[in-house]
Amino acid sequence: MDMVLRSMDACDVVAVSGRMDAVTAPEFEKQCLAWMEEGHTNFLLDFSSLEYISSAGLRSILGVAKKVKPLGGKVVLAGLTGVVAEVFSISGFDAFLPIVENVETGKEVF
Amino acid sequence: MPFLSLERERTFKAKTEMVPEIVGWIEEAAEDAGLHPRQQQHLALSTEEAVMNICSYAYEIPPGEVTIQIFVSPEQCRVLFRDKGVPFDPFSLEEPDLQASMEEREIGGLGILLMRRVMDEVHYTREGDENLLRLVVYCRE
Repeated sequence: MDMVLRSMDACDVVAVSGRMDAVTAPEFEKQCLAWMEEGHTNFLLDFSSLEYISSAGLRSILGVAKKVKPLGGKVVLAGLTGVVAEVFSISGFDAFLPIVENVETGKEVF
Repeated sequence: MPFLSLERERTFKAKTEMVPEIVGWIEEAAEDAGLHPRQQQHLALSTEEAVMNICSYAYEIPPGEVTIQIFVSPEQCRVLFRDKGVPFDPFSLEEPDLQASMEEREIGGLGILLMRRVMDEVHYTREGDENLLRLVVYCRE
């Protein structure tokens, strides 16, 4: 898994590529929390290059979303495809996390 | 009853760090079995969830071991997870409340839910001193 943060006007785009599994998901959460401590609270997660996600990944994203909310921030997901999109739909996470088609449309949500 | 042949068998330590290796091994087997790429991904996901479940519940003194067997017939691909941990039926648990708000959302039960939804069949049995978890994928055109 690889993560790159790119700051925009209203939010920070975090491009996540590779696999978010039981080993890498805790690293994702840890990195987001480190960025939060630096003052970043609006995350637009670009998953267009994410190949795989398991329940461990869902838990980490939920953890980040819960932590930014009291700070007035939010987590938005963009670019979900294939089985990654299916996992979000099955888990019902699409009910409380905004999901947008791509990074361009995601910027409007903030 | 279709004729199923044992294609592969391997025993792994039931530890989180082993997940990438186990999933990689299953992905290779699923490809060799001729499963559709989407089904290969479903099986990889379900394998991680099954193994993580065994890591967290099955052994009171971790890490134990899990033996994974892959059976293939022209009709289906079956993956059997065997562990000697405490008896634990993952499918006896209630499914998470999918309508809950983000604040109320519990973190447990998601892996089992995913397994149930993406596999064609899931079964649990206790035989002797072993937990047997079976995942089944139907081979499609």
